[in-house]
Amino acid sequence: MLELKNLVWKVGRDVHIDDVSLRLERGSLNVLLGPTLAGKTSLMRLMAGLDQPTGGQILMDGKDVTGVPVRQRNVAMVYQQFINYPALTVYENIASPLRIQKQPSAEIDAKVRRAAALMKLTPFLDRTPLNLSGGQQQRTALARALVKNADLVLLDEPLANLDYKLREELREELPKIFAATGAIFVYATTEPHEALLLGGNTATLSEGRVTQFGPTPDVYRRPHDLVTARTFSDPPLNVIAVQKRGSRFTGPGALAFDAAPAHAGLADDDYRIAIRPHRLSLGDGESGASFEAVVTLTEVTGSETFVHADFGSDRIIALIHGVRRMAAGDRVRLGFDPSHVLVFAGDGAAVNAPVALAA
Amino acid sequence: MSVPTIATSRAAADGIPGSAHSEVALKARASRRSGSFRPKALIPIVYILFLLLPIYWLVNMSFKTNVEITNAFTLWPANPTLRNYAVIFTDPSWYNGYINSIIYVVLNMVISVAVALPAAYAFSRYRFLGDKHLFFWLLTNRMAPPAVFALPFFQLYSAFGLIDTHIAVALAHCLFNVPLAVWILEGFMSGVPKEIDETAYIDGYSFPRFFFKIFMPLIASGVGVAAFFCFMFSWVELLIARTLTVTDAKPISAIMTRTVSASGMDWGVLAAAGVLTIIPGAIVIWFVRNYIAKGFALGRV
Repeated sequence: MLELKNLVWKVGRDVHIDDVSLRLERGSLNVLLGPTLAGKTSLMRLMAGLDQPTGGQILMDGKDVTGVPVRQRNVAMVYQQFINYPALTVYENIASPLRIQKQPSAEIDAKVRRAAALMKLTPFLDRTPLNLSGGQQQRTALARALVKNADLVLLDEPLANLDYKLREELREELPKIFAATGAIFVYATTEPHEALLLGGNTATLSEGRVTQFGPTPDVYRRPHDLVTARTFSDPPLNVIAVQKRGSRFTGPGALAFDAAPAHAGLADDDYRIAIRPHRLSLGDGESGASFEAVVTLTEVTGSETFVHADFGSDRIIALIHGVRRMAAGDRVRLGFDPSHVLVFAGDGAAVNAPVALAA
Repeated sequence: MSVPTIATSRAAADGIPGSAHSEVALKARASRRSGSFRPKALIPIVYILFLLLPIYWLVNMSFKTNVEITNAFTLWPANPTLRNYAVIFTDPSWYNGYINSIIYVVLNMVISVAVALPAAYAFSRYRFLGDKHLFFWLLTNRMAPPAVFALPFFQLYSAFGLIDTHIAVALAHCLFNVPLAVWILEGFMSGVPKEIDETAYIDGYSFPRFFFKIFMPLIASGVGVAAFFCFMFSWVELLIARTLTVTDAKPISAIMTRTVSASGMDWGVLAAAGVLTIIPGAIVIWFVRNYIAKGFALGRV
């Protein structure tokens, strides 16, 4: 078990990691989700021991390892860039951590061949990494991380530079392969849907802070605050400022709708509602909650259409099924179901996520 | 299918006008490729001729007799002779010059690169107070002419009894060569991602093992280029080398400058010595020719 206690990391005056506490269990898959510069890589480097925290503690199985150099920790790390030893063959690349551990060469050979087979590298063992494709280079790096049998496996956006097909394939296999080793598995990504596909636990990061940590579907469905909801939404979340009076929400323009049963009990106040783009539809919506916006741009991706629109001063993005062509300046009516709305208080804290009450 | 159809369909495919694919144009291009003369080629040819002319003249002279050199203007030796070379290879005062030069040049190359490697690694991998200023300051050492250092060096080396030793010249040349080697190696090292270092530490490599097993092969060409430039400077440098030596470590360039004997100037032997001085440089350039371009590309040479 890896435990981070109030970890702080500053460079000069810049705070890169701000009071992070996490508890990662053995054999678990943990996703660090956040935009670029959120601190994912910094946090991983602290976990690995490549950088030393300015404050706080790192415990491995209850033992304080803060300040222990990376060489003496049993970790493995894979970078977004394909990092291998260019001067060594793929075989020697994979074998290198084992050679350092001075394992008998028969054992090394067996382990390297097993890892290479898992990563489909067997035909390339005698080549050097620079003579491989990007996908094969990254699989070499992954095989080296796998063969080491580390307690902590850190993957920093390992699939970001791979092509689509390969990414799908590896994303499916990686958790299975590493789960078998019983290691603590940490996976950083900028893509919310990648987090959802991987499952496990997710920690959302924003500006060096962990905003929420829990089982991935929970974090997605019940974000504790607006920052988490925004981090865990792609395309961006639509946020509209509203007031609640009695059982009705009223917002800018002519937006007015009856609160869903889950929200009916909220006190009259100013709130912010967040609607995920795929929850918006064209027309009035079934329960009559809708608003009119001015189209600025439509993007067609195969069978879906992203409609970008201005609603008052807010930018709205709706993901509509089917191909819709609208000219900029067209007025469009977007409807939604009030029970799918996430409601946040003025300070950004979630007040009552609908699913929470339904559950 | 007729010719015009092919031309138009090709034009449609790659956007080159149909006329460019006509038989005439194709033939013209083929003949150009097969080596008929182009006026543009004159410029490099003339340039290279001018560069090579003095070297040719030197080689030419080295095969002539003194009488021919001083009394006639001949484009090639009328009575080719190897006597000049024979003098150099048999007279210890001549060939010792080459041996001395090679000893201190190699010593200097080894010292410069060995000292520059850790320095370049530090400049390339670590940020510390004043690192950029220090890096630039290193280079300013090259800005002063060697003559400035000749006097203090002579005093210092005399005080330590190092005058007329190979190590004295090798050390003195380090003043110019270490900054250059640091500068070149830093460029090559910065081209290696820092993540490779970190991956090695994660794998459990100790620093020396990482440096020699993983890192050195990646910057081998940089080491070659740095060593080459150390060689170049040290091999051609005359002033300091002559100041610090008397007889035992006298370099060839110094010996070449005092060939006036009782019988007058020995032109032929001097020319032969010049040719033999060029050869080691040419050999070294041949070995590093592929890497030098990379050194220039990194903006460090």
